[in-house]
Amino acid sequence: MAIRKISILGGYGRDGNRDPVERVDLAMGDVLSIVGPTGSGKTALINDIGLFAGENTPSRRRVLINDAVPSTEFLDDPSRNPIALITQHTSFLSDLPVHKFLEIHARIRHSGRTGSVVDDTLEFANQLTGEPIIVDSAMTELSGGQSRALLIADAVIIGNSPIILLDEIENAGIDRSKALELLRKYEKIFIFVTHDPHIALLSNYRIVMKGGAMQDVITTSAEEKRVAGRIDQMGRVMDELRDRIRGGELLAEEELRVIMELSNLQSISQGSI
Amino acid sequence: MKLIMCAGPPTSGKTMVLRQVTRRLLAKGTRLAYLKIDVQFADEDEVFQTEFGIPARKVYSGELCPDHAGVLVLGDAVKWAEKQGADTLLVETAGLCLRCAPYIEGSLGIVVLEATSGMNLPRKIGAMLTLADIAVVTKIDLVSQAEKEVFRANIVDAAGIDVLETDALHGIGIDRIAARIEHAREVREPMMLRGSPPMAVCTICAGKRQIGSEHHFGVLRTLDSDLFYRGQ
Repeated sequence: MAIRKISILGGYGRDGNRDPVERVDLAMGDVLSIVGPTGSGKTALINDIGLFAGENTPSRRRVLINDAVPSTEFLDDPSRNPIALITQHTSFLSDLPVHKFLEIHARIRHSGRTGSVVDDTLEFANQLTGEPIIVDSAMTELSGGQSRALLIADAVIIGNSPIILLDEIENAGIDRSKALELLRKYEKIFIFVTHDPHIALLSNYRIVMKGGAMQDVITTSAEEKRVAGRIDQMGRVMDELRDRIRGGELLAEEELRVIMELSNLQSISQGSI
Repeated sequence: MKLIMCAGPPTSGKTMVLRQVTRRLLAKGTRLAYLKIDVQFADEDEVFQTEFGIPARKVYSGELCPDHAGVLVLGDAVKWAEKQGADTLLVETAGLCLRCAPYIEGSLGIVVLEATSGMNLPRKIGAMLTLADIAVVTKIDLVSQAEKEVFRANIVDAAGIDVLETDALHGIGIDRIAARIEHAREVREPMMLRGSPPMAVCTICAGKRQIGSEHHFGVLRTLDSDLFYRGQ
């Protein structure tokens, strides 16, 4: 069955009050962010989506696919499960070598020619992480960033899941601008739980969570998209500083002033992006 | 009487799964009784009695394997549950060596495995998994989706049974287990074990402690034997 859209139907927040947002519809190709302070119910919401909640989770929310209750075959057979959930857990338990593990997963998912699928997955993952993954190393030896990059690549390519949920990828030590750019090339629904303003503003919509409830849905305006461009520049300044600290360099006040001015000048010369 | 036999390695979450299931079944009007079979300590009977007010008791197997003890006491346990007015008896057994299977013909056999226990666990345990009707995988919130899928495929490869994934702590994925219990059959006399597990009939269990197969008789095995035990 081809998935055209998914819908989240409101349930209840922590205090038993109804979700102010009654319904959210997502079409293929949409990018959605879920924002809100720690403890506001963001992870609970993506768990509802990941489990195809049918009034059977603490929130009593419902999830529909193409306006209908999802078939149980999605839950019974993982090779048909259209949703991949990338959680904040970045450690693997399996000590199989990376390529072995990916081959097993590709076989279970029936994702086509195993060899080339595994190569594509590794190539995708390596674009997200600073330190290339060594295919013979054990899954348990991967760093946090490598693990997260591999999980995202696995979900997109081996899982080929039409709906991908990502819980706080900004904490993962991967290149998130690159990740967004790569992911946008795939016609999928991406749902990010995020504290990162850049990711939030690059999404088509964002759900604002409060007290466990879906408080509001905001559509990203043209103005906010321009703001996203500026935030990206600020992020690159921070990335540059981070790389220098990581590289063992010292930072001087004067240098910081120059960097700030340069980024200012660039944004003025580029006008509104 | 419906007989629900729940087995699984220690700390896999059997009690938590049964508590969540009990809450749902009581809400639907099922009349439950609970029995715990353990080696030398258990307090789950008190938990079920105080939390849900259902008839609950325990039996210690002591020097016997808990599954051996189960064979001896389950007939009496069904009679006890009937006397208590129950229509469904939940039996939780301590899983120890993972080779035996406590399941009775006509009962619903549930094996509880934790997702964190290593992807090859389904290949390592024998009849406890292969003779069960359903496998409940707990703690799914602690592993990546990819590993969860591989773990599940390994269960299906080893046993070919239905797999239900749960995060029992948060009550997620419990409804489908409760539905299976509701649709379970009644057990009939004479009750029979599903497989013939290696219970305490061997020379080692009888007290002969010398190492080496040449010192023993009965079912023998050497280092080079290659056999995946399925409990038949």
